[in-house]
Amino acid sequence: MSDVFLTVLLTLDATVRVSTPLILAAMAGLFAERAGVVDIGLEGKMLASAFAAASVAAVVGSPWAGLAVAIIVSCGLAMLHGFATITHRGDQVVSGIAINILVAGLTIILGLAWFHQGGLTPALNNESRFLSITLPFAEQLSFIPVLGPIYKELISGHNILVYLAFVVVPMVWWVVYRTRFGLRLRAVGENPTAVDTAGLSVIKLRYKALLIGGVLCGVAGTYIAIAHNAQFTRDMTAGQGYIALAALIFGKWRPFTVMMACLLFGFLDALAVRLQGVAIPGIGEIPVQFIEATPYLLTVILLAGFIGRAIPPKASGLAYVKER
Amino acid sequence: MNRDTRIAWINRLILPLLNIFTAFAVTAVVFWLIDVNPIEAAQVLLYGAFGYEEGIGYTIYYTTNFIFTGLAVAIAFHAGLFNIGGEGQAYVGGLGAGLAILMLDPSLGAWVFIPASIIGALLFGGLWALIPAYLQAYRGSHIVITTIMFNFLAASLMVYLMVHVLRETGQMTPQSELFPTNAWMPFVHDVAAGFGYSIEASPLNLSVILALVCAVLVWFFLWQTRWGYAIRATGKNGSAAVYSGIKPKRIIIIAMCISGALAGLVSINELVGYQHRLIMDFHLGYGFGGIAVALMGRKHPVGIIMAALLFGILYQGGAELAFEMSGVSRDIVVVMQGLVILFCGALEYMYRPWLIRRLAPVKPQAAWAAEVSA
Amino acid sequence: MTDNYAIELTDIDKRFGAVHANNNVCLQVKRGNIHGIVGENGAGKSTLMSILYGFYQADAGQIKVLGQAYTFTDSHQAIAAGIGMVHQHFMLVENFTVLENVILGSEGGALLANGMGAARKELTRLGDEYGLKVDLDATIDTLSVGLQQRVEILKALYKGAKILILDEPTGVLTPQETDELFRIFDALKQQGVTIMLITHKLREIMSITDQVSVMRAGQMVAHTDTKDTSREQLAELMVGRKVLLQVNKKPANVRAPLMKVKRLTVKDSQGIERIKDISFELRAGEVLGVAGVSGNGQTQLLEALSGIVKMESGSVEILGFNMDAKNPLAPDKLRQLGLAHVPEDRHRMGLITDFSASESALLGYHTDPKINSGIWLSHKKVEANCNSLMSAFDVRPADPRLKSANFSGGNQQKLILAREMERNPDVLLIGQPTRGVDIGAIEFIHQRIIDMRDAGKAVLLVSVELDEIMSVSDRIIVLCDGEITGRIDASDADEQTLGMMMANALDPIDPLQTMDDQQAFLKQAATQERQL
Repeated sequence: MSDVFLTVLLTLDATVRVSTPLILAAMAGLFAERAGVVDIGLEGKMLASAFAAASVAAVVGSPWAGLAVAIIVSCGLAMLHGFATITHRGDQVVSGIAINILVAGLTIILGLAWFHQGGLTPALNNESRFLSITLPFAEQLSFIPVLGPIYKELISGHNILVYLAFVVVPMVWWVVYRTRFGLRLRAVGENPTAVDTAGLSVIKLRYKALLIGGVLCGVAGTYIAIAHNAQFTRDMTAGQGYIALAALIFGKWRPFTVMMACLLFGFLDALAVRLQGVAIPGIGEIPVQFIEATPYLLTVILLAGFIGRAIPPKASGLAYVKER
Repeated sequence: MNRDTRIAWINRLILPLLNIFTAFAVTAVVFWLIDVNPIEAAQVLLYGAFGYEEGIGYTIYYTTNFIFTGLAVAIAFHAGLFNIGGEGQAYVGGLGAGLAILMLDPSLGAWVFIPASIIGALLFGGLWALIPAYLQAYRGSHIVITTIMFNFLAASLMVYLMVHVLRETGQMTPQSELFPTNAWMPFVHDVAAGFGYSIEASPLNLSVILALVCAVLVWFFLWQTRWGYAIRATGKNGSAAVYSGIKPKRIIIIAMCISGALAGLVSINELVGYQHRLIMDFHLGYGFGGIAVALMGRKHPVGIIMAALLFGILYQGGAELAFEMSGVSRDIVVVMQGLVILFCGALEYMYRPWLIRRLAPVKPQAAWAAEVSA
Repeated sequence: MTDNYAIELTDIDKRFGAVHANNNVCLQVKRGNIHGIVGENGAGKSTLMSILYGFYQADAGQIKVLGQAYTFTDSHQAIAAGIGMVHQHFMLVENFTVLENVILGSEGGALLANGMGAARKELTRLGDEYGLKVDLDATIDTLSVGLQQRVEILKALYKGAKILILDEPTGVLTPQETDELFRIFDALKQQGVTIMLITHKLREIMSITDQVSVMRAGQMVAHTDTKDTSREQLAELMVGRKVLLQVNKKPANVRAPLMKVKRLTVKDSQGIERIKDISFELRAGEVLGVAGVSGNGQTQLLEALSGIVKMESGSVEILGFNMDAKNPLAPDKLRQLGLAHVPEDRHRMGLITDFSASESALLGYHTDPKINSGIWLSHKKVEANCNSLMSAFDVRPADPRLKSANFSGGNQQKLILAREMERNPDVLLIGQPTRGVDIGAIEFIHQRIIDMRDAGKAVLLVSVELDEIMSVSDRIIVLCDGEITGRIDASDADEQTLGMMMANALDPIDPLQTMDDQQAFLKQAATQERQL
């Protein structure tokens, strides 16, 4: 009985860890899309941040320095996306893909030139990473039935960026629905002309939204490189930026539902990993390639099968042009 | 030269050239950042692409792949769709070509094998695009995300098949058995030798002819047939297409399947024409390169052929660069692809207002009724 | 220095590329007046107002508001100077509440909670003072068009507007709603608010304004007290020559019905019934006008009859073929049978702005065997087709290679009409044929419609312009909320009667039913819809 319970707990624990970058990236995408800008470049921003964080942490020895630089890099790419799509009204999807491809190549080129390890960054020691934090009294309280182990295994023992991700979600909700900025943000995504005639700057609002997204992607990338792992490797984001977008659509652009969607992904992914090497009666052992394919398959299924059409913000994907 | 013509020149020639030049200029900056002299890099690159016969062969061989994927992305673009799935469609197209060959009797002639493999590649490549297309048309699932997911799925599928199903018996490497010689697309150097010309051996094979034929067919299809008209109308204005009796859902599926099929033909060049067996990862980079090629070539077959040639040069030159300079890898070509997509795609019109102010300014005496879109 | 001008514009000049939208325009609006500005489409009135509102910046000229000179670089400054604008297309966020829409831009603090209470009080006060009552917590998409307009006016007043500019405000209102609007104008005038009314509806200018200015081709050509002029004089000033305000036509020679609509019901993409169980006949040799304020089902009617949208129930017998919910007919099949359709929105559906004129001229007919030989769609034949259409309908410039977007509205419309009419259809469906079209082209288009009718064709004319309906049609049916609320011969129709039918006020419903009751009805419908 407690064996099953422990397995469930450990799976949920893995869920939280896997979902963290998805949640952060999805929140980033939420700001952009609510403001009417499609951001396919989440993947590229995360990858660039991962590289920046790993490189800086290796050189300077501090994970916080890595985080800071990663955020700066990610915001820089966000501004590039803004420059192309807001200022020059370029195609938002093309711009996002351009950034993703550019980053994929650039991280390897720079990594090779700076570290000579075939594109990897040096492996980090514990001082340069974000490590698990044991919450107070985790060990002492673990004797309490059910709640004790939950506290010890599931809630305690994550690194600070994980906790940050879960704190970010209610913050995002509050900003979007309870502040003046959030009202204007939502307005700009539905009817930018209404915002313009109210005397507000559509351009500034959209840039601000992208900037916030840049910060969040910076944290997500840092997490992947120096919290969850200990160095940067080629294409280490493995499509999570796109999966975050799918979660955003599936969660209908609302912070808490999006978070649930990310957790769902994380859970199913963690479950699949658990099943690796396990023989299922009648089918036999599931091939490892199928396990690896699970998140991508899931994304397609969720995008195809959800109930009811998800309606994005009305102005999403369209550049704002003053009509004459 | 009146203002309209000037603006046409700007749009069709000056602006694209300026965009490409900017992409190159930024690449030079990247080289400078990694302590490589851009001029030196350019020299090595051009030498690698043109400096020796074998290099030229390689260049055109790579160009062939880019023509296929460039055409694929362009057709989807004309229907208003962004097909990022070229990587996966090329990979699975290879499965189709390989299966067609491996399942036929080895004693059959090339006249059976080659067309069979082409049909296999077209079918499987098209099939891999079918599901994302259907989901976009009938469920509204964003085709960009689904095609990217299908790229990942293709990788998993092909690894599984190579390792567990198609692997040559008794071998460690995940690759299929060798194709019978009748199923080899002739090398150009062999064909030339048959005519008495001696050129250096290279992977360049007759698939390049197939690529050029496809370019002509795509041009004809898009601009000289009613189906091409329907595709272009759907891409520009879905409501007008419905009004005119076109069924956009059908068009989406047709355009994407043709797109996937064209991407699948990369396997003819790679597998039927060079490797002569099914191998892993032969497709890498061509799918995304196709996006850059389609945008640089402004979605027109003529432009695509020229852009494909440029990327073939970069690919072969990049290999030479990686060979000569230990600090640079072939990923520099990926960087260039990204920059081209950025400057020829997203920032396509960045220079336009400035160019028009400089080269085709408005004269105040222009007639009131002459509404020219600037 | 006379300080009794609310607005003084001196030598305003503005170009867009090669288009000289405002050419040294001068305007003086007296305080507390209702001042009308008339002009054809493209005359420059909207540009002028956008400059006054800070949306655009003039290339030259001065702006004085209430005696003080200003240079507006954005709308914020204009609002601060006391200018409020109600645009032709409402600037409202559909899924926000009325309150949220009004405070957007003037929230009263970084946290919404702070400003909302005060805003609520102020809005209730304004609503009482001017008779502008609206439910502050209703979302915009549940409000009728008339009420949405009220929200726009409230928005302007909330931000302190002393000068209210309204751009084509009555285009979307029934005559009764228009009367209510004019009552609100009176209330505003009493409080000293100056009103500027941009419109092309000469009847309204004559009935409500104190003064009127006329714009033509970017210039201000006349300025007069309303009592000293007439509709005919204004029309002449707008166009520069004598204008036919009524179409001359022979009596109709009506023959057999070519289209029989029986109990047609059409739902929109959200599943709401927009056409509810209507029946009518369309006969050869007549023009049947469909009157009604935009949004009462006209779009769904046209789209169902032309095969673009499937019908929910009922049947349409057209040229001998039967079409119903189980056996739909596609647009191309209907075209083959002899139906042609000029859509309401030419930019959304009628042509493809990025295509050349010759490719737009092919829209709907790209499978025509006369232009296709086998699989080949010959460029030459496509261009020849376009050339013949252009000469038949005097489309200028007569260049088939020019991008469709580069033609003026009138010429685009003429090209579309040519494309549909030159096919010699037996049934012609036309939606809003003269929207955004200059007066010269309007006359031409009306004449062509009459020509088709005289040639024995059946024409269904859907239009929100009552003048057009009354002058061109032989018979008229009125659509209100998806139902036919009136059938009348054109000779017996006048604006009052049609207006009553458009508001569905000739039924056993109390004719004193106000907009507030309408609003309650809509709210109920919206709640029902959400429960579906």
